[in-house]
Amino acid sequence: MALQSLDIKQRSATTTPSPQARQTIEIAKLIDVSACIGCKACQVACMEWNDVRDEVGNCHGVYDNPMDLTEKSWTVMRFSEIEEQGKLEWLIRKDGCMHCADPGCLKACPAPGAIIQYANGIVDFHQENCIGCGYCVSGCPFNVPRISKTDSKAYKCTLCSDRVAVNQAPACAKACPTGAIQFGSKEDMKDYAAKRITDLKERGYEKAGLYDPAGVGGTHVMYVLHHADKPDLYSGLPVNPSISPLVALWKGATKPLATLALAGVALGSLFHYVMKGPNEVSKEIEKEIEKEDAQ
Amino acid sequence: MQMNRRQFFKVCSAGLGGSSIAMMGFSPNAALAEVRTFKLARATETRNICPYCSVSCGVLIYSTGDKSKNSQSEIIHIEGDPDNPVNRGTLCPKGAGLRDMVQSANRLKWPEVREPGSKEWKRISWNEAIERIAAHMKADRDKNFQAQNKDGVTINRWPTIGALVSSAASNEAGYLTVKTLRALGVTQLDTQARI
Repeated sequence: MALQSLDIKQRSATTTPSPQARQTIEIAKLIDVSACIGCKACQVACMEWNDVRDEVGNCHGVYDNPMDLTEKSWTVMRFSEIEEQGKLEWLIRKDGCMHCADPGCLKACPAPGAIIQYANGIVDFHQENCIGCGYCVSGCPFNVPRISKTDSKAYKCTLCSDRVAVNQAPACAKACPTGAIQFGSKEDMKDYAAKRITDLKERGYEKAGLYDPAGVGGTHVMYVLHHADKPDLYSGLPVNPSISPLVALWKGATKPLATLALAGVALGSLFHYVMKGPNEVSKEIEKEIEKEDAQ
Repeated sequence: MQMNRRQFFKVCSAGLGGSSIAMMGFSPNAALAEVRTFKLARATETRNICPYCSVSCGVLIYSTGDKSKNSQSEIIHIEGDPDNPVNRGTLCPKGAGLRDMVQSANRLKWPEVREPGSKEWKRISWNEAIERIAAHMKADRDKNFQAQNKDGVTINRWPTIGALVSSAASNEAGYLTVKTLRALGVTQLDTQARI
């Protein structure tokens, strides 16, 4: 029997592997950007379900509100007006955690158990284990986690892990009145996306496609884009996201080397003690040194 | 911090030992991770209709307690009703934030009156409010009611009043509202119920 409602795939800063025997379904959220009307019902449903209420902001002359993700706004709509083939297009992208299969935040996190990847694909933050170092922010290729100024903990979309654990869709997906947010198994979401892409291609969007970037092992939040060849049109969606090489260098090479050096020093000291014994200092010299120290 | 050579070595070796133990997997944290408990597990579920616009989406209102005698209920969550054919579980941003409207500090919870010349709103009872409205309506109707037009045709019209009717009313409530107002002679009658 598992001691948790969702099986764990991996855990931050933990070398002991998680149990891998059970195979549960891999889930995904599909955001069909072409069907989004930017009503922000998902933003409201997210706050309502997760019991977070952000500050009432100010109008910045655009529809974006709030202007950026915060520790209390785990999803925001990003509006961009672009011109493609002489036509004005209004692209509205629901931004938030992508729940990468190869999560940069989890790789970078030094706090054991602060970031968990569940077997179903959800990457969840456990704030009680978070030390507020902000490594997840630099490790994230999508710039999603935010550190709270009040409790110094990192927060982001949980993909409503508490709802998914009891087989309910995330709050945003349930609320979406145009069906732009779909939720289901990753396989079904890919099938649904394929249908949408066929439809978009028939409507003249020849470059329509699915955004499921391989650079992070695929994501569990995917987009259907009308211009899949230019994801950066959608308020700077990364063209080829990958974990920063610094994270790989730090966790991949530096950490084992440092561990080895540490073990070497410990072993060396032990041998030194055994071979040479403690460094004897006569009482007189010791007193003299302590006298000097006190000055 | 003042530290002599010997103390410095002691601190260093303690740190080295501690981090080596942690690195070998003897971390003090339990290797468990639990998702947030599903907060609606035993909440009371009440079906209702969103009060905002005439689409009248179905909502599920979740409240604490089981309606037993000594437990006071409080609404903890509202979301769409998947069994309602109008919205099938979805909601617009206003409907999705319904809980904050129900629990808003600015919400009007009782009838209030601002009498002519007064700057203050005064709280009154429902009975007072209904009587007051009825008295005003009667006075206005007695004064302005037109039984016939200038050609002598019976019109039974009360032209000095208008009515705005609830957008979330059912067909039956709408029928009764129109019957009542038409019986009084009201011709200016409108509702948002046309989306």
